[in-house]
Parts: sequence; structure tokens; C-alpha cells
Amino acid sequence: MATTPTALRPYKLPKRRHWAVSFALRQPLGAAGLLVILVMAFGGIFAEFVAPYDPLDIDFGAMLAAPSIEHPFGTDAFGRDILSRVIYGARTALTIGFLSSFIGCTLGAAIGIASAFFGGRTDMIVQRFIDVLLSFPIIVLALVVVAMIGRAPLFGIDLNLILAIAIPIMPKVERVVRAAALSIREMAYIDAARAAGFSNARIIFRHMAPNVAAPYLIMLTAYIAQAILLEASLSFLGLGVTEPTAAWGLMLSGNASDFYREAPWMILFPGLAISAAVFAFNLFGDSLRDWLDPKLKA
Amino acid sequence: MLTYVVNRVLLMIPTLIGVAVLTFFMLRVIPGDIVEVKLRADGGSVTQAQIETERERLGLNRPLATQFADWMVGLVTFDFGLSMWTGRPVAEEIAIRLELSMQVAVMASIIAVILAIPLGTLSALFKDTIVDYAIRLFTIAGLAVPSFWLGMIIILSLLLFFNWLPPITFTPFYVDPWANFTQLIWPSLAVGWRYSAVVARMVRSSIIEVMKEDYIRTARAKGVYERLVVMRHAMRNALLPAITVIGLEFAFLIGGLVVTEQVFNLNGIGRLFVQAVGRNDFTLIQTMVMLVASVFIIVNLAVDLLYAVFDPRIRYG
Repeated sequence: MATTPTALRPYKLPKRRHWAVSFALRQPLGAAGLLVILVMAFGGIFAEFVAPYDPLDIDFGAMLAAPSIEHPFGTDAFGRDILSRVIYGARTALTIGFLSSFIGCTLGAAIGIASAFFGGRTDMIVQRFIDVLLSFPIIVLALVVVAMIGRAPLFGIDLNLILAIAIPIMPKVERVVRAAALSIREMAYIDAARAAGFSNARIIFRHMAPNVAAPYLIMLTAYIAQAILLEASLSFLGLGVTEPTAAWGLMLSGNASDFYREAPWMILFPGLAISAAVFAFNLFGDSLRDWLDPKLKA
Repeated sequence: MLTYVVNRVLLMIPTLIGVAVLTFFMLRVIPGDIVEVKLRADGGSVTQAQIETERERLGLNRPLATQFADWMVGLVTFDFGLSMWTGRPVAEEIAIRLELSMQVAVMASIIAVILAIPLGTLSALFKDTIVDYAIRLFTIAGLAVPSFWLGMIIILSLLLFFNWLPPITFTPFYVDPWANFTQLIWPSLAVGWRYSAVVARMVRSSIIEVMKEDYIRTARAKGVYERLVVMRHAMRNALLPAITVIGLEFAFLIGGLVVTEQVFNLNGIGRLFVQAVGRNDFTLIQTMVMLVASVFIIVNLAVDLLYAVFDPRIRYG
């Protein structure tokens, strides 16, 4: 009789790691950056529960107090707890950083893809306009936009400030995305999509946009870092976030610049917070680039 | 080559006109202008008639097109008009501050080049070793630390360790080089770190790129000393992209100085710009923006032309 077939042992695929695990293993520095970002985001979101004091609480009994057990980071000229203000500042910085980078990158990507897709005269006109925007140093453009649109605060965060930071980011992203989209446009699958009679909108959204997702994500992360730095600079100059909202750049200006020689903790911690946040986003952004797109590896 | 140069120069013109139009009209759409800021600065009550007279005097009530045409004619003839706030010529306001800012910018560039080229090269040659990681951390940190905060830390350290503060009043270099140096070296360092970080990253990636080229392998195969391979074959080719970044960052330094001058109490271009924005001083803002944008565009052009000089593929491509 026929021999009983031995059970076929199924071939086991090598275990596929979760993408987060694989990222952490291959990009330890980037994972460290991400960890810092997550800690800051946690502190910012749950500031009410994490911060020991109300960031707006004025305590004239403890003005310019040095770091101590009650106030680990000391207090400022109004006796406000600096640790609490740094924690609430994370909320301001990350909100403004993320929103302005998101708006700037999305606008830039949309214009870049459209400009590359339609080409010809449209592209020519759009690119000349981008040339103009690129000839302003970032902070100068942001200052002009701030001067132009004034203020429109919402929950203590200035919507126009977000716009002022997003506008200088837009043209830089536009250029990169356009370049990527130009090469995608020449791909055979785009010709195939056209031959199949797909609409322009479908080709743009289903065939081109997903292919620029990697540079888009990379720039989104990198420009959050730039946006945080820019927000800090503008607030430092008194043209960004306004008192009494807790913001890192603001904590370095005004009273701080008068008193920091006597009370160095006033500037030490907010400055460290800015540097740490920007550092973390840069580290994470660099690693994300190496991980998502090895071709772009610098 | 000549057509290339002419083309590039002609392309500058629409960009500059675009910058002028954008700046001019962006400023004019704000409700409220310098007159209110200026008259209400003293805190007294202001009548509508006073506002009208002042607007009349500054020419703010003329049609926008006329104002724009006037400004354009002024730009072409290098007559930038008067500052709306101080009443002094814009050119003069800028000129007295330009020397200081230019000097800081030049010193920062020198610091950046001195640091960035060796650091970037080492980082590339020892890629993925401890040397590379250390240098990369140094450069990423340079991008992260805000220059104004670094400035405050520098001042604080000088006070703490040497019980000394840099002089506040500006002494031109030709009057007293030492006093000038001890004042301006600190802000130059504060902006120089970021600058060198940007350049070093560029040098690193372009050297890594060049080291993969066939001619490097050929040179090694010929038995050229590794030192000469790096210095003669790799660096010469790798420094071209670095020159671009140096040029572009130099133009952008004027912007970076905006915050740093504030910290060091320097009366430079950056500070003037912040003041002008705070006061809605249209004539001053628009001329300064034009100045910065022109410098940037011209540097950009110079860099592109340098490229064409060094790299024949661009010239004939």
C-alpha cells in the first residue's frame, strides 16, 4: 500500500520584527531621540498632572529663588516655578512645532507635486514664486509675516505665529518634493495610469503622492526641529508667544535677560529644553531618513 | 559660458522684483501703520487730525501704486528714502550698523571654515567609528543649541570664570584691534558653532561620496600616499559643495544675527531690523529686506558661477 506521507513540515519564515523594534535596533541614536520626544510629549499633554505647580502662579515670597527641593529648577522674577513652566513650555513648543511643520510641509508637498505634474508654464510660474520666497532668510520672512498679520491667539497659542513659521518652511519642502515628483512622473506606471484613462486627481493622489511619502515624513520631522527653534527665537524677540503663556523662548527674554547673571537657573533650564527638543528631533529625523530611504543617506 | 552667465544674471531680475512686490504689499496690508504706533508711544491722546497730518507728511495717504513706483525708482537710483521713525536716511541708518554685523559675519565664517573642514573630513574618513560619532554629536548639537542662548551662556561663563564682561561699546577694528576683537569674538562664536555644524555635515557627506569615485581607487592603486589621496584628490573635489553651503549660510547669517545681537547688546543690522519691525517702519523694513534678499541672490549666483568655473560639466551641460 501506499506509504503514509510524512507530514510536510511547513517552512518557517524568519520571524519578522515589528517595525518599531527593527527601527530601534538599527538606529539606536534615532530611538534615543524618539524617546526624548515621547517623554516631552507626555509631559506636555499631561502637564496638569506632571507639573508640581501652576505655571502662572505668582509667588512674591519666592522671587528668583535658587533651585531647591520645593522648586527643583528655581523660580523666576515673579516667583513662578521654572520646572512647571518648562513642562508647560513643552506643550507650547511641540504644538507650534508640529502644527507649523505640518502645515508648511503639506502645503509644500501639495504645490510641489502639482507643479511637477502639470509642468510647463504652470511649473515655470510657480517656481519663480518659490524663488522669491527662498530669497528671504527664514527668520526675516517669519518676522515680516508676523508684522503683516499681527496676532490671533487661540488658547494662548498664536495661530498667526504658526503661519509665520509655516510659510518659510513651505518653499524648501516644495523644492525637494517637486524634484522627487519630477522623476516619478517619468515612471512607466504613470504612463500606464494615463493609458488606463485615470483622472489627473487619481494619478496625483493614488500614484504620485504615496511615492513622495518618505521624503515628506523625513522633512516633517526635520522641520519640527527648525520650527521649535524659530518659535523660540521669535518669542525671545517678543514677537512670538506672549506672556503669561509658558514658552521656552519667552522664558529667555524679558526679565530673564535682566536677571540671568544673578539667577542663571532662569535661562539654564529653558535653554536646555530647547536644545534637547531640537537635538532629539534632528537625531530622530536623521535616523528616519537613513531608515526609510537609504539612497538619501548623507 | 557667456550665455550661461547672462541667463543667470537675467533670471535674478524677476526674483528681485518679486521680492520687492511681495515685501511692499505684505507690509501695506496690515491695518494700522507707524503713525499710530509713533504718536501713541508718548501715551498722550491723539486726534484724528494729527494722525492725518502725519500720514500726509510720510506720504502714507498716497495711492499704493504711487508709493511703490517711488520706492522702485529710489531703489534703482540708490535713494532709499528716510526712515519713518527717526527721519534719517535709511542708507545712513544701515551704513552705521553694517560694519559691525559684517565683521561678526566674517569672523563667524572664519571660525566655521577652520572648524568644519577638518571635522567634516575626519568624520568622513573615520565613518562609523567613535571619532565619527563624536563629531556628529558635536554637529547635531550645533544645530540644536539656539545661538542666543549660547550667547547668554558665554556671557555667564566669562563672568563666572574670569569675572569679566566683553565691552559694550563698539570700537572699530582700525581704532583698537584688541578691544574690537574681545568684543566681537563672543557673538561670532555663538553663531559660528551652528555655521560650522552645517558646513561640517556637508563636507562629511561630500567626502564620503568622493572617496567612492574611480579616480580615488586609481590613485591608491598607483601607490599614492593616503594623505595625498585625501588632500589632493578627495578634498579638492569635495570642497565644491562645501563652498556652496558656506556662501549660502553667510548670506543667512545676517538673519541669524537678529537674535544674537540682542543678547550681546550689539547695535547691528539684526537689531535694527527687529526694531524696525516693532515700529512698523515701512521704509526701513522694505529696504533691509531688499538688501538681505539681494545679498542672498547675488551670493547664490556667485556660487553657481564658481561651480561652472570649477566644473566644466555644468558649463557645457
